[in-house]
Amino acid sequence: MITKRIIPCMDVRDGRVVKGVNFAGLRDVNSPVELANYYSQNGADELVFYDITASAEGRRLFSDILTETARNVFIPLTVGGGINTLEDFDRVLKCGADKVSVNSGAIRNPDLVGQAARRYGDQCVVLSVDVKRENGVFTVYAKGGRENTGMEAISWIRRCVCEGAGEVVVNSMDTDGVKKGFDIEMLRAVCEAVNVPVIASGGAGGIGDFITLFRTLPGVDAGLAASIFHFGEVRIDDLKQAMLEHGIPARIVKRVTT
Amino acid sequence: MIAIIDYGVGNLFSLKCSFAAIGHEAAVTGDPGVIRSAERIVLPGVGAFADAAEKLRATGLDRVVKEEAARGKLLLGICLGMQLLLDRSEEYGLHEGLGLIPGEIKSIAGVINPDYKIPHMGWNALTFRGEKHPLFSGIHEGDYVYFVHSFAGFECDENVIATADYGYPLTAAVARGNVMGTQFHPEKSGEVGLRILKAFCEMKEGTLC
Repeated sequence: MITKRIIPCMDVRDGRVVKGVNFAGLRDVNSPVELANYYSQNGADELVFYDITASAEGRRLFSDILTETARNVFIPLTVGGGINTLEDFDRVLKCGADKVSVNSGAIRNPDLVGQAARRYGDQCVVLSVDVKRENGVFTVYAKGGRENTGMEAISWIRRCVCEGAGEVVVNSMDTDGVKKGFDIEMLRAVCEAVNVPVIASGGAGGIGDFITLFRTLPGVDAGLAASIFHFGEVRIDDLKQAMLEHGIPARIVKRVTT
Repeated sequence: MIAIIDYGVGNLFSLKCSFAAIGHEAAVTGDPGVIRSAERIVLPGVGAFADAAEKLRATGLDRVVKEEAARGKLLLGICLGMQLLLDRSEEYGLHEGLGLIPGEIKSIAGVINPDYKIPHMGWNALTFRGEKHPLFSGIHEGDYVYFVHSFAGFECDENVIATADYGYPLTAAVARGNVMGTQFHPEKSGEVGLRILKAFCEMKEGTLC
């Protein structure tokens, strides 16, 4: 049975993880490589690095840390942030990314998803969408949630999946940061609209929120979160254990010595 | 030395790094001389079967792989590289494979639970078939590995050494003598995957039947 995936997401600026915090045994809490290793050993099923750098120098540093992570961590690696062209896909894939997440880049250039899917395969292209209710309508936001595009979200997601997006990350801006649970209503609408894997993001405040998510919506494949993992509020191995206890398929990483 | 065959398909950086992580030197190469002198060969691959089979043929490396396999050299196909080891594929037309292991590549759409998604993407548990294969000497039945595929091996008969349950026991790994293949990505399967690669690196030629 395929397991439900748990995915920590790390924002990286100038080669450093933003919001890094103190874990026991971690020498450098802002080191993407160390954090990636830590999460991998604690049972993360996949990692997302989000490049929030604006400068060329920052971008170079990002490529360096990506390469260094790929050298040391052997679970799937998704990279997002500043992906606007096929050259951007190429750049991060060469550094060891397995999947590339597009958000504003696809909104600016809707052909990007199709072009990338044809060149690298559907499984490589992840559509990431920031969604907020506007007068009861699920609406797509661009530029990290700063700009209302006026587009209806479900039809946008459906269109990108038809173009070849192999996976969808749905980030609910309505529940993001509130820590009262994932946006079940929004995620249900997405699951009913597409048949590719759906990753829930925004709203996780504790283990119970993941349990509710997977029990209520069997169509959701993965849960993504940032701060609750970074701040140590939820440990991934505890979360996985709780999932198993609730009958949700989860991959437990046995601590082994080589 | 391990030769990771570079025939212009996919990104081999992670694969190379995973061998380094277990202390084995691997070279990413399309040079027939290097491949022939290597102790072991890894045939990777992502994307479409036809495209990969064509590239392998165009570079003449299909012949090198077949000859080395016939000489008894240890060969590991990964993902599409595993699929290429079989007789043929029905992915977008009918295409010839290397024919090193009997079997055919077909869509999983016809056999899996219709409620399940395609591709079969994510972590799934291995169920061993027959006697535990030496490739799995460092892992346990039920350990999880990472899959991404929409097509899989069928009619591989007794050459199936592991399956993964997706509403149907999908072929997860095959082996015939010195030739073996994994549908999953050991280089993306964490510690379990590294142990599988390590077992491949430390396997002795001629001990398999």
